Amino acid sequence: MRSSLISNRYLIVLLAALLLSATQLFAGSAFVTKGSKAASLDSCVAPTDVMRRNHMDFLQHGRDDTVIDGIRGLDYSLSECVDCHAATDVSGKSMPVDAEGQFCQECHGYVAVSPACFQCHRTTPDAKANKYGNHSDKSFLVGPVSQPAGIQRD
Amino acid sequence: MSKKSDQPSMDRRQFIGGTVAAAGAVTIAPGVILHAVAGSNEQTEGASSEHRWGMVIDANKCADGCSACVDACNNEHELTDLGRPETDAAWIRTVKLKDKQTGNISRLPVMCQHCEHPPCVDVCPTNASFKRVDGVVLVDRHRCIGCRYCMMACPYKARSFIHEALTDQSVYAPRGKGCVESCTLCVHRIDEGVMQTACQEACDKAGHGAILFGDLKDPNSEISQVLKKYNSVQIRGDLELNTGVRYRNL
Amino acid sequence: MSKMYYRELYCGSPTRFWAGLALLGTIIAIGLGAAYYMEHQGHWVTGMSNQIVWGLPHVFAIFLIVAASGALNVASIGSVFGGPLYKPLGRYSGLLAIGLLAGGLMVLVLDLGRPDRLIVAMTEYNFKSIFAWNVILYSGFFAIVGVYLWTMMDRSVSKFNRPVGFVAFFWRIALTTGTGSIFGFLVAREAYDAAIMAPMFVIMSFSYGLAFFIITLIAAYIWGDREIGDLRLTRLKNLLGVFVGAVLYFALAYNLTNLYITQHHGIESFILLNGGVYTQMFWIGQVLIGSILPLFLIYSPAFDKSRWAIAAASVAVLIGGFFQIYVIVIGGQAYPMNLFPGKEVVESGFFDGVVASYTPTFPEAALGVAGIAVALAMVAVGARVFKVFPETLEDPND
Ligand code: SF4
Ligand code: SF4
Repeated sequence: MRSSLISNRYLIVLLAALLLSATQLFAGSAFVTKGSKAASLDSCVAPTDVMRRNHMDFLQHGRDDTVIDGIRGLDYSLSECVDCHAATDVSGKSMPVDAEGQFCQECHGYVAVSPACFQCHRTTPDAKANKYGNHSDKSFLVGPVSQPAGIQRD
Repeated sequence: MSKKSDQPSMDRRQFIGGTVAAAGAVTIAPGVILHAVAGSNEQTEGASSEHRWGMVIDANKCADGCSACVDACNNEHELTDLGRPETDAAWIRTVKLKDKQTGNISRLPVMCQHCEHPPCVDVCPTNASFKRVDGVVLVDRHRCIGCRYCMMACPYKARSFIHEALTDQSVYAPRGKGCVESCTLCVHRIDEGVMQTACQEACDKAGHGAILFGDLKDPNSEISQVLKKYNSVQIRGDLELNTGVRYRNL
Repeated sequence: MSKMYYRELYCGSPTRFWAGLALLGTIIAIGLGAAYYMEHQGHWVTGMSNQIVWGLPHVFAIFLIVAASGALNVASIGSVFGGPLYKPLGRYSGLLAIGLLAGGLMVLVLDLGRPDRLIVAMTEYNFKSIFAWNVILYSGFFAIVGVYLWTMMDRSVSKFNRPVGFVAFFWRIALTTGTGSIFGFLVAREAYDAAIMAPMFVIMSFSYGLAFFIITLIAAYIWGDREIGDLRLTRLKNLLGVFVGAVLYFALAYNLTNLYITQHHGIESFILLNGGVYTQMFWIGQVLIGSILPLFLIYSPAFDKSRWAIAAASVAVLIGGFFQIYVIVIGGQAYPMNLFPGKEVVESGFFDGVVASYTPTFPEAALGVAGIAVALAMVAVGARVFKVFPETLEDPND
């Protein structure tokens, strides 16, 4: 059940080959979208060239860890990618990472690959996410989640 | 008897294991226990077969006209109401029943019952429907091909098919067109050690306290105690699916 | 017996052939467009919902798949059971079976929520799932029937014809059993919770497959200006009569045994008495058009050797069969599942306890019809490029 799809492996090899050529193109330019959190950081969670070549492997590995084994807060998580790489427009609103000219689309558009991730995953940071996720400390839990006094179970 | 049972038991070994596990848990507020408290951005330990998560629902406490649990679930997982009830997703719903003989009225929320022997998992051709080691039944949307066979097989009508393209999903419930989904028992909370589902939280806040979530394998957990003390039933218990969701006063 | 010569089927007039193909092509194109539309918009544009999760496309798909397996019957009778009169029809029987299966599978696949992930279905098997078994059964069917056709058409391998024929015979019984079991294992749904489902599907496949075979055979020989003798057609006709009778018997047995099981009374009176459109489809579609009318056309002495009667009987069987599958697939889902025995649902946030409504939409129908068109187009092209049809099917003189 855990095994990844053979076909996806091939696909990934193919993607990697394609991306390699894209990497050459972008080699000199440290591409991050202006106005994203990533633009203010020195590097991604791994060196840029590693990320460029392997991010899809990292993500695919992580997805099984999270969905099947329930391990959260992985180093390589798609929501982190989005949180960090989504740019904001003049009004301060986040722009979808898969929009024209935005972080994901810039490369994927060039190599004509459409990332299927965003058919299900959101493309902007989740403003509500601080509720229970990895992104927050959990001190808030004492407040809102606690049980009102007087609840009787039986 | 080859069927393994996850039924709560006071088995000695489990009891000791349970106490040890409980020692690692932190009570933050009454009713809220954080297992395996992880700091910000730390990797969590993942699902463990030492637990089996489940719920017990008290039909007597489910208040007429209330929709707190349904609203909370929709909000938690960003299940948007598109005004098309036939195709809109419903992970949890309330049902009002009348006994044909006695006329007695009861009301209860129904969601995925997190069966120990889930028919949806048996029929899924691609292993997209699966049961986690801690008993939570999920759909891996990376594998689901949208055949809807699981929806045909589920005895509780617990599943919804996503009939349209979506945006702005919750980061905790990625979901998209063409896949099937159902109640996740708020697995994102479980994984973070938050021992309260969104529906229970809302029901408690509304002052009804009809829903109790917890660990069926831990004999000391509140849910195990309640189940031990009071009579409870499974919906369609005749199917012997050993559901993780039980009902009282039904 | 005189020697058989097979020849590619050329239509009497080339215009007719190409016009026919163009027509089929157009139907297929519309169906594909409809499928794209449904995928692109999402399934809310169809009549399907969270209550009726399998709709018209599944009716068409199951109908075609079931018929595909039955269409191979004639070949089986020819080579496995040694019926000399059927033997010359074996090649066409194989071709039709492949065509029908391809059409049915196309519909099934294009209605998936994520047809782009078909590769997942091919690489990830859950061996407990009947559906996954069917993926193997269907792909195997193509391969085996392909080899079977080869042994029929190539003299150098013809010695394998019988063993391969046996394999094909059992494979297709397994295939239909598998298709029937898709429903048989849905324990919670009263309409489907019956072991008789699987054998019923096998006998349904015999009937629909043969009806498809007869009607297309007659059409092909008119189309190619060739002769068919009465003897063969009469044999086929009588066989069809037996199958139609058997389907009727099974349908009765299925419904009567259901009546015997108290918990299933609800679904039975739904289908037989008060299910509205489903009741009508059962009595008028399945029983009257699909069984009684063809039986009359087949056995009444008035229509002794009338080809029109045979053709009409076949068409009636197909129409009736379509309704039968509609009632099974859609009627079975429309009837509410009984979650709470002894209780009546007063209110529900998710349509518990009410009969689900389903109105098929044009795109669904277009996709389904395209499946039939695919089958016919494959047969038309296949018969044109391969030596499938005997030059003549005149009655043997001896
Ligand atoms: S209630 Fe339905 S969806 Fe949930 S585990 Fe059981 S069969 Fe599967
Ligand atoms: S719809 Fe998805 S989860 Fe359900 S049976 Fe099909 S592939 Fe499995």
